[in-house]
Amino acid sequence: MTFREYLTVKDVFGIKDVFGPLMIVEGVEGVTYGELTEVRLPTGDIRRGRVLEISDSAVLVQVFEGTLGIGRDNVRVRFLGKGQEIQVSRDMLGRVFDGEGRVADGGPPLIPEKRLNINGSPINPCARDYPNEFIQTGISTIDGLNTLVRGQKLPIFSGAGLPHARLAAQIARQARLLSTGQEQVSSGTDAFAVVFAAMGITFEEADYFISEFRRTGAMERAVVFVNLAEDPPIERLAVPRMALTAAEYLAFELDMHVLVILTDMTNYSEALREVSAARREVPGRRGYPGYLYTDLATIYERAGRLKGKKGSITQIPILTMPEDDKTHPVPDLTGYITEGQLILSRTLYNQGVSPPVDILPSLSRLKDKGIGRGKTREDHADVSNQLYAAYARGKNAKELAVILGEGALSPADRLYVEFSERFDKEFVQQGEGENRGIEETLDIGWRLLSILPKKELKRVRPEYLDKYYKRGVEGI
Amino acid sequence: MTEGTTKSEGVITRVAGPLVVANGLAGTKIFDMVRVGLLRLLGEVIEIRGANYSIQVYEETEGIGPGQPVYPSGEPLSVELGPGLIGAIFDGIQRPLDVINARMGPYIVKGAGYPPLSRDKKWHFQPTAKEGDRVAPGDVLGTVRESPLVEHRVMVPLGVEGELTYIEEKEATLEEVIARIAGRGEPAGLPYEVTLLQRWPVRQPRPTHKKLPPDEPLVTGQRILDTLFPVVKGGTACVPGPFGSGKTVIQQQLAKWADADIIVYVGCGERGNEMADVLLSFPELKDPRSGRPLMERTVLVANTSNMPVAAREASIFTGITIAEYYRDMGYHVALMADSTSRWAEAMREISGRLEEMPGEEGFPPYLGSRLATFYERAGSILCLGSEGRKGTLSVIGSVSPPGGDLSEPVTQATLRVVKVFWSLDDRLASQRHFPAVNWLTSYSLYQPVVDEYAGKRIAAGWRENRREALRILQRESELEELVRLVGIEALSPEDRLIMEVARMIREDFLHQNAYHEVDTYTPMEKQYSLLEVVLRFYTQAQEALRRGIELDRLIDLPVREEIAKLRYIPVAQKEVFQRVVSQIDEGLSILEQRNRKQETGNREQG
Repeated sequence: MTFREYLTVKDVFGIKDVFGPLMIVEGVEGVTYGELTEVRLPTGDIRRGRVLEISDSAVLVQVFEGTLGIGRDNVRVRFLGKGQEIQVSRDMLGRVFDGEGRVADGGPPLIPEKRLNINGSPINPCARDYPNEFIQTGISTIDGLNTLVRGQKLPIFSGAGLPHARLAAQIARQARLLSTGQEQVSSGTDAFAVVFAAMGITFEEADYFISEFRRTGAMERAVVFVNLAEDPPIERLAVPRMALTAAEYLAFELDMHVLVILTDMTNYSEALREVSAARREVPGRRGYPGYLYTDLATIYERAGRLKGKKGSITQIPILTMPEDDKTHPVPDLTGYITEGQLILSRTLYNQGVSPPVDILPSLSRLKDKGIGRGKTREDHADVSNQLYAAYARGKNAKELAVILGEGALSPADRLYVEFSERFDKEFVQQGEGENRGIEETLDIGWRLLSILPKKELKRVRPEYLDKYYKRGVEGI
Repeated sequence: MTEGTTKSEGVITRVAGPLVVANGLAGTKIFDMVRVGLLRLLGEVIEIRGANYSIQVYEETEGIGPGQPVYPSGEPLSVELGPGLIGAIFDGIQRPLDVINARMGPYIVKGAGYPPLSRDKKWHFQPTAKEGDRVAPGDVLGTVRESPLVEHRVMVPLGVEGELTYIEEKEATLEEVIARIAGRGEPAGLPYEVTLLQRWPVRQPRPTHKKLPPDEPLVTGQRILDTLFPVVKGGTACVPGPFGSGKTVIQQQLAKWADADIIVYVGCGERGNEMADVLLSFPELKDPRSGRPLMERTVLVANTSNMPVAAREASIFTGITIAEYYRDMGYHVALMADSTSRWAEAMREISGRLEEMPGEEGFPPYLGSRLATFYERAGSILCLGSEGRKGTLSVIGSVSPPGGDLSEPVTQATLRVVKVFWSLDDRLASQRHFPAVNWLTSYSLYQPVVDEYAGKRIAAGWRENRREALRILQRESELEELVRLVGIEALSPEDRLIMEVARMIREDFLHQNAYHEVDTYTPMEKQYSLLEVVLRFYTQAQEALRRGIELDRLIDLPVREEIAKLRYIPVAQKEVFQRVVSQIDEGLSILEQRNRKQETGNREQG
């Protein structure tokens, strides 16, 4: 503790109320909003907390590790005079931390280069550089139709039992910039890092990611924060913020391209709801607090690129939609903040299609700036629009055929049905180890579009139609 | 902000997120600005109960605590008005984000206090009034060339009237005196000194001479909007839709192409990258009328979702006050607010902290009236001042209903006050049909006004064509129901033709690619010609059917591909449209001849 810190520290003994994850402390002065606290139990245990509200001399504190064992007169509360911080350093790479930011892999302690407030500050919109560099994930449904770009936040909306973890791991493993000539390996592999934050997920799922990172050698470029299902839920509120503070340090001070995976944001939101309910706040939809949107935004908006900085933060938050319902507040509000979403479909998964990305409701808002001539290929935008339109029509026709039988379809609609069926099997379906280049993805697209007559392809500019129609058809 | 010395300083007693309660602020009025705590964060008094003053703080309150001081300013939250607004980007309380970025780095740090408008920059003031003139509020004293597109008109402030004793052409900073008006200054008797800089409290609408009925469309270049659901200059519109349905793209398209003189774009609680997009692309994009960069007519107010929530609440008012200021100069101003739902949520959050009795879904009971006061600041007006200038302020607000459910309070309260409803449809968006405006549920109450205008200026058949297009689309949706039950084969050739033509209207007319260099903007004349061509095909084909030509032959006519390409043809190439029209006629007459031959052949055989 520095001398200055010593001066601002305040110790108190009097606790008035303890309820849920919260407690009210009385008889203390000079406490400020958002301040970090330490609660010393008679056992010698130290728990940490944060000031949520202060009125005159009563202070409402949220205790991260839960209030178990805290009584009115058996603990000492210390106010640290500063917000919650995290130690950062280049040596974080390759290490695992717990939900409090402490080393959790049995290794030596971290020698910090800096301590940073985990809440960060909002990025000035003027300082942002627009994300427009194509990231090739090697997955057709993403690269071809819902293109990911550096600095984007693109969540995966999944459901219980769907393979979102495998998809995220595949993205983390395969993601790379398409070498455009000038910038081949110059930025080097060490300029790339993964920050992984687990919130309330099972040991097995967390272990899957960590062993996957170890297996592929990605671990030495990864920083892992783990709060498991059995860990204190309130701790989850700090985990994504710690992860993003680390990511900001790596990206904007060490010039790295950082991919941040946050899983599972539904667990995070439930922790927020728990605190809100304990405070007896007026609930919004489904009991979530009215400020859920703002709160989620302070996490998601920490993705991006800054002018004059080499690094970038790309976010892939994962959330499970209760009952696969995308209008549930967590996916709904997430979708309003993030730049698109990848939605996994149970129906596709049950049909054996994997990764089961349902392209119709999926979207990447930043796609248009990251594709086209010089980035991917000139025809990319048109092909992608056409695939969407054709797939939607095929799906409609198929529904019709279910009711009326194939015979009721017009010849054109029959072609669309064939198109959409083969689309699922050839375009969406791909192996976990299959890393498709963007050219390959687009050519599969053309191969499928060539099932349809040329005049049906209205979304494609005539010159591209002449150049690419029927391309890749020999081979089927 | 000048800080008054007469009011007493307060002491903080409570801090709950963005809400701070203080006492000892005697002399401070409701909606006054204050500086809060040792960090001197900007705040606004929103409630007074006895000695307790509730303050909403426009910055993150970490580090603020009881016992810290509150400094009153004695003034309500106001914006600075003057040259330098155009091309600038402000946060919700008009702090200059570009200056903050240049001086303090990429993050917005607390307590950053820079004046919204530069005090150093000199502007060339060109008087239009002369010494000895009697002037009244709203009269134009002179002009400043603010940007190549905007001539800034310096007006006599409200409450000032009298003889002009001094006025001079000069290079002036915002604070230099450019004119004096006799006898209206302080203390009484001294002349009033006019500078280029004026202030106006954001929560108070700027006065006008009188409101006028709107009479002119706000041309957006978006076919479904201008042709089917138009908005007028001085009108109000809302764009509700679930996420991913293209609200922001529509708002940005309007900001780019609407034929207003000034655009005020308020990014309220939305994405930082979207604002970055506007900031980076607007200086590059050209205004279709003047050929100048769009940024030269645009003011940006950006309070992204991660910026403090109370400033988000203020951002809408900041934006509309700036917009009114340019309207008062006699300009056509359009304000885009994206998204009003985030604004309403900010109100809800503050209301919750004040422990007010909640209305529907936790929103405060005054949600409806706040929305109404905002939209009612739009309108076509006769400006103050003796020359009878006319100005308009159009407001287009997007709404983000949770789960896309339009029955939620913000959408419903908005629909009660706005005149145009562009309903965005998830299903259309997932088929990548953009703009995903649903043609069956959207409406515009300005159709009669625009019909009359377009009937005179564009083509006499404007109204008929629009009605016909809507009728065909309506019929298509009925037929679709039928097809779902009995299959397409069961339809009569006439009905199948309707289905085909409806598809043409949807795909060749309503669908519009915002990222295609030509398709992104369609002038009204071309919109008319495009629809005219499709409808001509329809009437000709109907006629042909009656004469016994098979439907499939009509559907396979090569001219249909030509029609589909028309939207990509630049306006200048009018002859292409004429060629396609004659191709339709030719194609059909060839079919007819063949048909006749066949018939005569059959007859001869028989």
